[in-house]
Amino acid sequence: MNKKRIGVYVCHCGTNIAGVVDVENVAKWALEELGEEGVVVSKDNKFMCSSVGQELIQTDIEEQGLNRVVVAACSPHLHEKTFRTASERAGLNPYLCEMASIREQVSWVHTDKAIATQKAKAMVAGAVRRVAQHEPLEPIHVPINEATLVVGGGIAGIQAALEIANAGHPVYLVEREPSIGGHMAQFDKTFPTLDCAACILTPRMSEVGMHPKIDLMTWSEVENVDGYVGNFNVRIRKKSRFINLADCNGCGICEQKCPVKIVDKNFEAGIGYRKAIYRPFDQAIPNYPVLDQPNCTYFIKGTCKACEKFCPTGAINFEKEDELVNVEVGNIILATGYDLYDTKKIPQYGFGRLPNVFSSLEFERMCNAAGPTSGEIVLRDGVTKPKSVGIVHCAGSRDLNHNNYCSSICCMQSLKFAHLVHERTGATIYNFYIDMRTPGKDYDEFYQRVLEEKTFFIRGKVSEISDAARNEEEEGKLVVQVEDTLLGEQRRIPLDMVILSAALVPKADSGDVAKQFGISCSSNGWFSEKHPKLDPISTMTEGIFIAGCATGPKDIPASVSQGSAAAARVISYIETGVLALEPIRATVSEENCSGCRICNDLCPYNAIVFHDETMVSEINHALCQGCGTCVAACPAGAISGTGFSNEQILAQVKGLLMLDFAEPELEKVP
Amino acid sequence: MKYNYYPGCSLERNAHSYHDSAMAVGTKLGIEFVEVEDWNCCGATEYMSIDKISAFTLSGRNLALAYEQKENGDLVAPCSLCLLNLQKSDHHMQESQELANNVNTSLAEGGLSYKPGSVQSKHLLDVFAKDIDENEIVEKVEKFLYGLKIAPYYGCLSSRPGFDGRENFDFPLRLDNLISLLGADVVDFPLKTHCCGGHMTQISEPTALELIRRLLKNAVDNHADMIVTICPMCQLNLDAYQDSVNKYFKTDFNIPVLYFTQIMGVAFGFEPKEMGIWQEFVNAKEVLAKILDEPPKVPKEKRASKTALPMAKV
Amino acid sequence: MTKPFEPMIIGFTCNWCSYRAADLAGTSRKKYPPNIRLVRMMCSGRLDPVFVLEAFSGGADGVMITGCHPGECHYIEQNFKALRRVLLLKRTIEPLGINPQRLKLVWASASEGNLFAKEVETFIGEVRDLGPLNWQKRAMRNDLRLVESLPEEVPV
Repeated sequence: MNKKRIGVYVCHCGTNIAGVVDVENVAKWALEELGEEGVVVSKDNKFMCSSVGQELIQTDIEEQGLNRVVVAACSPHLHEKTFRTASERAGLNPYLCEMASIREQVSWVHTDKAIATQKAKAMVAGAVRRVAQHEPLEPIHVPINEATLVVGGGIAGIQAALEIANAGHPVYLVEREPSIGGHMAQFDKTFPTLDCAACILTPRMSEVGMHPKIDLMTWSEVENVDGYVGNFNVRIRKKSRFINLADCNGCGICEQKCPVKIVDKNFEAGIGYRKAIYRPFDQAIPNYPVLDQPNCTYFIKGTCKACEKFCPTGAINFEKEDELVNVEVGNIILATGYDLYDTKKIPQYGFGRLPNVFSSLEFERMCNAAGPTSGEIVLRDGVTKPKSVGIVHCAGSRDLNHNNYCSSICCMQSLKFAHLVHERTGATIYNFYIDMRTPGKDYDEFYQRVLEEKTFFIRGKVSEISDAARNEEEEGKLVVQVEDTLLGEQRRIPLDMVILSAALVPKADSGDVAKQFGISCSSNGWFSEKHPKLDPISTMTEGIFIAGCATGPKDIPASVSQGSAAAARVISYIETGVLALEPIRATVSEENCSGCRICNDLCPYNAIVFHDETMVSEINHALCQGCGTCVAACPAGAISGTGFSNEQILAQVKGLLMLDFAEPELEKVP
Repeated sequence: MKYNYYPGCSLERNAHSYHDSAMAVGTKLGIEFVEVEDWNCCGATEYMSIDKISAFTLSGRNLALAYEQKENGDLVAPCSLCLLNLQKSDHHMQESQELANNVNTSLAEGGLSYKPGSVQSKHLLDVFAKDIDENEIVEKVEKFLYGLKIAPYYGCLSSRPGFDGRENFDFPLRLDNLISLLGADVVDFPLKTHCCGGHMTQISEPTALELIRRLLKNAVDNHADMIVTICPMCQLNLDAYQDSVNKYFKTDFNIPVLYFTQIMGVAFGFEPKEMGIWQEFVNAKEVLAKILDEPPKVPKEKRASKTALPMAKV
Repeated sequence: MTKPFEPMIIGFTCNWCSYRAADLAGTSRKKYPPNIRLVRMMCSGRLDPVFVLEAFSGGADGVMITGCHPGECHYIEQNFKALRRVLLLKRTIEPLGINPQRLKLVWASASEGNLFAKEVETFIGEVRDLGPLNWQKRAMRNDLRLVESLPEEVPV
């Protein structure tokens, strides 16, 4: 093998490094003392990342025949790519360039110059020894399947699906409920513009329904996900609607004739009814009904079949079974949304005990012109208009006993409620808030508007809501007990109706979904982003993207933006056709593998497959993410990890330990 | 199962029916309560505000004594106030080394010392409602309290603050659950953690009477036959002052107030007299006579009206 | 006058959380003693016990392993594997004459530069109190069976 010819470049970073580390001394020392390790060039430069610095490396590679490069400068997370690219321009494999972080780990955190210089030298020695063990690597190229799977048909999923489909690429949109639309379809108005939610949403929904590039699968769930970025294999269960879709024309007669009426806990949020065969709402996409098997009289008692009798096209099919569909996709977008926090878990607020305490979603349905009260704001008796209404913010949010985070939308939602109550009933309105949070375009203006509508705002956390009257004024009312923190007083406000702006929480099965798709969740259960600021729609798993409330509470504009952003990323992958992945991967040496299978269960990505015929394990490089756990675990040492091999790490450790804490003569350096 | 037991002064005086019934019920469930040797008064609520160090020392002494017989298990207090003082003292001694040193200096005079955090204390309710398996309770029931409508009253001292990370202290449910295991109906009682007035009866009677009135009214409004409590102070105020409330507010409350261990005893087949029932001011005899042999038929829920909106039920 | 003992610590950090915590400690100019030298791995799960032993035999007086907080691992759950290995290693090194307190596992997220610096400082202090290890020299003198005098409470 060629003799190692290593170039060392020590950066001053202006005075950032040179102010503490004797940079010239480090460079000189490397040439003198690390000659045996193969260092043939060692230089220092004011700014290695500048074009001058980069050219220095390039020239030396070309003229001095360097075959390894060490740059002692800032963190590799900042400039590794810069220097690897520079090396590549000079014809050197980029993975033969290594960095020593003498800014973040030395000059910025230490003060003693002599000791810092000593540590910088040790770190250079570590990097030199390590880079000597480097091998040229090639990125892994993965072809990208053109199709995309979008899971969740709320506004974020709809947006993502449309963006991709409009770019001309096929999309499978999977939705668990009978119709797409998500929570937005339940709302009446949207803040702060008070657009009618249905008016702006339903055109999008029908666009999805009719789009030639979108294969819409509602009443369906993803059962299994195999494969890796570019080549996922997904099994989807299309639950039986007990309808022959080809025959159904969506006339809705079955729904009219069905004798079973049950409380609709999903779409109507528990304050309305639906039939046992139903469409959740009139504009449902697709417009086919679903037969609710557990509640259907025919399935319970064996007789009825009213829907079948009256169906003009004979589309009802009680024998229909679930269908399993396998699809191959290159990328997956998860837009699985949120659940509303169950306010019964805050028993002192009385939801579920006191009839006139409503949850926010119940109230949304009540306001909706297509809802159970046709948009009339009334008490639980369905008739009486409230004369006074309280809106409790942060019900379950910003509370260590429930959810410690801010649910982000509740302030604006509560203001919207206040406005709607004012407009439709003229009732006296109290908002009970901890802090008002209205940071969005035109949001605070909306707050001002509601203030001008003479809504009362009481700053304080509601301690209890009860019907225990203390005096005549409170008799027959709901009494909200609250500390008014601006007045510094306890107050009791008697009201006719209370709305709890409940927290947004992750879907009950978000943990299972995360596991199924191989992504992680934050401690609160929301899907974790690759980077919360710079890459909020990617996950740590290549090819899986997230959008909307599945990553945390969000309003509609933010959800839509995320849907578009995720789609843009997917489209760029599809357009490229091939994805280059970092070649940091583990590989099993077939010769050395004893077939013990210890590594098999360690891999979180199921990248390790065991071949029964040959009795050896093999790692799928497209699935492997390069964590190296299997490398460390293999008792036979049969697994090697590129980029972080045992030899490389041990060489670095040796190099780091080459120099003592501080040599005596160095201490004398002024 | 074995516990150290710190009865507190009340259980030797006005609340001895609480003590007797707790012992009887405990024995039936195979629980042994070993009384802390030479325990002293907890100092009640007032002493804390007069002289903190002395007050903490009173509870510190009880904790130190309990530690000396730690082999018997956790320390159980039937009185909410005693328990609060034990936990408060332990908590503050853990937080402040200085306080711990001061308390220990005093304790040293009596040849005692206490390392904060070394004794776990809990309420008697938690023994029966948490430590014992629900099935064991149900197995011991000989006479289910069918048809009896009970308002579960926790009082304020056992509910706040939650030094031991208890269940939801704004709206606890463990007594509700225990009562329903005995076959009785638990009525909605929104004021279940509100104050009974405490010693306010001695300082400003009208204030105390108003607090008591609210509780009685709320229980009656919710159709309770009886209030069940877990604290001697609460029992005393609601029971002994009911007559005064009636006179002061011209009301006619007549609702018995029993300890939860007393009704457990009745359900376990003890004679009411053995449980100290009928020593209370508002006699529970009539109410206990209402217990049915069969579970009452649940009346079919009427829909309020055709127009009414459905409602999620707890 | 003899030079006061300054311990040499080798740190193994994961690429995603704890190395970034070290970066953050740097960018926020948080000062900590210079006795630690870091090795970057992709994940704390990459930690081969051999690395730790090699570091000790190469002259390190202490080894610190840092990873993402439980539940926040970039590789979903591999930091738990690091945890298992560290616990096993602590048991393994004791009979080899190394006080298990010379090995420490720390969780630090990318936003916890302060915590990283604090943990490093604490650990350096702890190892300084334990004194020099000189494992190799002692091995050369063949007195490995002279187990380091252990402080009273050794975490198991």
